[in-house]
Amino acid sequence: MALVSVEHLTRIFDVSKPWLNRMIERRKKAFLTAVSDVSFEIEEKTVYSLVGESGSGKSTIGKMLVGLLPPSDGSVKIRDINLARETDAAKVDAVRADIQMIFQDPFASLNPRWRVRDIIVEPVAARGGETKGLAEKLLEQVGLSARDAGKFPHEFSGGQRQRICIARALASEPRLIVCDEPTSALDVSVQAQVLNLMSDLKDDLGLTYLFISHDLTVVQHISDRVGVLYLGRLVEEATPEELFDNPKHPYTQMLLAAAPKLGEFGREVPPPVGEIPDPINPPSGCAYHPRCPLANGRCKAERPQMRALRGAKVACHLAT
Amino acid sequence: MTDSPLPVKDPSRLSLWWQSDFMYAFKRSPVAISSFCVAALLVLAAVCAPLIATHDPFDPATLNLMNGFSAPMTPNAFTGETFWLGTDDQGRDVFSTILYGLRISLFVGAAAVLFAMVLGITLGLLAGYVGGWTETIIMRVADVQLTFPAILVAMLIFGIAKGITPVEYRDQMAIWVLIIAIGLSDWVQFARVVRGATLVEKNKEYVQAARLIGRTSPAIMLKHILPNVLSPVLVIATISLALAIIAEATLSFLGVGAPPTQPSLGTLIRIGQGFLFSGEWWILLFPAVTLLTLALSVNLLGDWLRDALNPRLR
Amino acid sequence: MSEPILSIRNLTVEIPTRQGILRPVNGVSYDIGRGEILGVVGESGAGKSMAGNAVIGLLSPPARIAEGEIHVNGARIDQLKGDAMRRLRGKEIGMVFQDPLTSLNPLLRIGDQLTETILAHLPLSRSQAEERAVQALDEVGIPGAAERVNSYPHEFSGGMRQRVVIALALCAEPSLIIADEPTTALDVSVQAQIIALLKQLCRNRGTAVMLITHDMGVIAEAADRVAVMYAGKLVELGPVREVLTTPRHPYTDGLMGSTPLASRGKDRLHQIPGAMPRLDSLPQGCAFHPRCPYAQAQCKADPAPKLNEGEGAACWFPLPHATKVA
Repeated sequence: MALVSVEHLTRIFDVSKPWLNRMIERRKKAFLTAVSDVSFEIEEKTVYSLVGESGSGKSTIGKMLVGLLPPSDGSVKIRDINLARETDAAKVDAVRADIQMIFQDPFASLNPRWRVRDIIVEPVAARGGETKGLAEKLLEQVGLSARDAGKFPHEFSGGQRQRICIARALASEPRLIVCDEPTSALDVSVQAQVLNLMSDLKDDLGLTYLFISHDLTVVQHISDRVGVLYLGRLVEEATPEELFDNPKHPYTQMLLAAAPKLGEFGREVPPPVGEIPDPINPPSGCAYHPRCPLANGRCKAERPQMRALRGAKVACHLAT
Repeated sequence: MTDSPLPVKDPSRLSLWWQSDFMYAFKRSPVAISSFCVAALLVLAAVCAPLIATHDPFDPATLNLMNGFSAPMTPNAFTGETFWLGTDDQGRDVFSTILYGLRISLFVGAAAVLFAMVLGITLGLLAGYVGGWTETIIMRVADVQLTFPAILVAMLIFGIAKGITPVEYRDQMAIWVLIIAIGLSDWVQFARVVRGATLVEKNKEYVQAARLIGRTSPAIMLKHILPNVLSPVLVIATISLALAIIAEATLSFLGVGAPPTQPSLGTLIRIGQGFLFSGEWWILLFPAVTLLTLALSVNLLGDWLRDALNPRLR
Repeated sequence: MSEPILSIRNLTVEIPTRQGILRPVNGVSYDIGRGEILGVVGESGAGKSMAGNAVIGLLSPPARIAEGEIHVNGARIDQLKGDAMRRLRGKEIGMVFQDPLTSLNPLLRIGDQLTETILAHLPLSRSQAEERAVQALDEVGIPGAAERVNSYPHEFSGGMRQRVVIALALCAEPSLIIADEPTTALDVSVQAQIIALLKQLCRNRGTAVMLITHDMGVIAEAADRVAVMYAGKLVELGPVREVLTTPRHPYTDGLMGSTPLASRGKDRLHQIPGAMPRLDSLPQGCAFHPRCPYAQAQCKADPAPKLNEGEGAACWFPLPHATKVA
């Protein structure tokens, strides 16, 4: 059984202006569909990556997974327990202790007024657990010194702060860690340190990651399975090898072609056309059809469903 | 790896504070140091009033009517006693009345600001963190309150309180009513600033991390957000203190504040101005100068704090 | 090479602080020729943006140019003050920043902002300037430029806004453009569009471009030559292909190894231990030695050798001949 199973997950935000403005300007209520009918499963002890550009809904999915946002429709089940619906407090608490999150901004994710020790043990202390020596042990586990426990966050560099965030995430001995762009605020050399640390911890502690990123090379490096999101919809899902060697969805192909490549000096490729459409008024049918070189009448009218195709899953009428 | 790492002594918050950029800036600002010293001196004088004052000016047993209207630094015509700052009509030493008046003024000002601060921070945190209707109601009340001048609000509350308290308690109650009146007219700016800062902080990832592990809203507000919104509060509190002291003096000057049995600087100025035209200028001048010095030093300190704590100016 | 458009010699920027004098840019020299894109790469705190700001005279006090010379088209500009510098900005040097939203005035129409800039720098009439504005927008690939001049910045998407900023930088036909992380805030697909645009403009007009970025991939695709900075110093300079495929400075080598690559598969990434030192606690000798696998006693004692005129690595034991120290 998969550790996480996401079914038909949808999240709609009300982005209307206040009532009075709507009355005066004669506007209707506006809704933004950040995530639309997304389903996937994460197997225990694997890394599942969600990759997409801004507005693809990848962070929203992460927040729904950890319970920071309730889904508008569909469900997230972790060990077969639906956090949003479950009424048994003991079960909810047990699942919550199993999930942790690492955030993007290492400067905003640590309370500047707390000592590192208190920050790290908070997930345990909040549940009344034993915390003596825990912070020191975890700090050494993530490659910092036990002496750092008494310092304040501002004394650390970005990479070190991200290590502290990882230590905090590990404190409650979780099984699943949702990593929302954990390295995109870091420099390349520091990013390598953090990625290596994350894969070591995964192997040592048997962790499962949901890895959210816009960086294709990082995703390719770390994942066991990758889901590509476009405008809140999952368009392709495959192993990284299959996805990067043999992308099937036109959007994935475009994304891979556009990503800068280290080895190709002075590469001249026709840049991608168009931009991500307004998510408040998404295109009909397949959301990618206005930018897609292959699109036909069916793409405009009918939204493609996920289908299996040569070792991958793809939501495209035309991919072969 | 050892099981329990050696206990390392953390640097205390006090020593960190002493070495901070904030203290560094303070030590290099003559305005901040001098205004802090003047304010501290006045506070010290007020606290130690019974030790410094020549007599308790409100204990009738220590008064000698013959000493009335002594000019400053001039021996009294009848008793030959000399008073630094002269005496008033009752023979009270003006220096002593100022010390005691300063006590009342500072106490009322500080207590009023504290009251406004607690109320404003609580409502501001609630409005910012909870949002929705709670926020709408709190902030609309604040808006309405802002349309009245603070002094008017204070007088209104003062008037109501006077109407409902029995005559024999009025003098005792006066100080407390004064505190509540000034405090209530002043909470809005605390609430607004705290709400604004809370809106910023609550979307930061450390707050999300705390929500994630199931921390309750009160715990998040008090332990996570509150310490991070206090810097602007400190600035406003200092500037409010100067304003509250002046508000108290104004109310007392208008006769709706501290009673003559517990005169504040404002009451002293009111009493003093009655003697201005008969030539006894010192009864008015010295309390007025004291009030000015106090308000100015606290205000300068507040201005400096605002600059020092503003990250954009550094 | 003919006369370079931009020539920086021994540029040093100082910031006096309570801990002493910091040097975010320390003795940096490089040239950018006509139609050339120089990639300036480095991690945060390397001083790459500070060098760009120094060239355009936008150092925020107390930072100041302490030493060195900056020449644009042969004229020395590092001593220019106030008005003269302002005239130069826009006319000779255009600037593209990371965040397109903050470099446009939200209250003015795009067309007015362009026209103002053009009028300030070129001897044209207002109607000619307006025409030129439309032309500039057209050139950066904004569809329907003639109508879009009447739009406000918030009516554009992020990528379009960055195009407008580029148009603004280009409209007075400067000979040098400084692009400071121009694609960092943008999505991959939009980034590809902006880079293609920069390259095309550079080629068509012969504009020299200083492309400041932390992204090795962007450098590889766009730059002709690359300057690698570390802790305020230039550590390696050379043609992009040479520097990226056979780096000579161990830092460049480490940087390349840290970048995840398809060809490397899922092996552990090579990592440079530690982090860039803070400017107030730079190590003795070569600033990179505590993180360098090849460091010898000399590296700890003596500051790294200066780069010769032109190219090479500022290192006592440059690769590939250095031996790893256990």
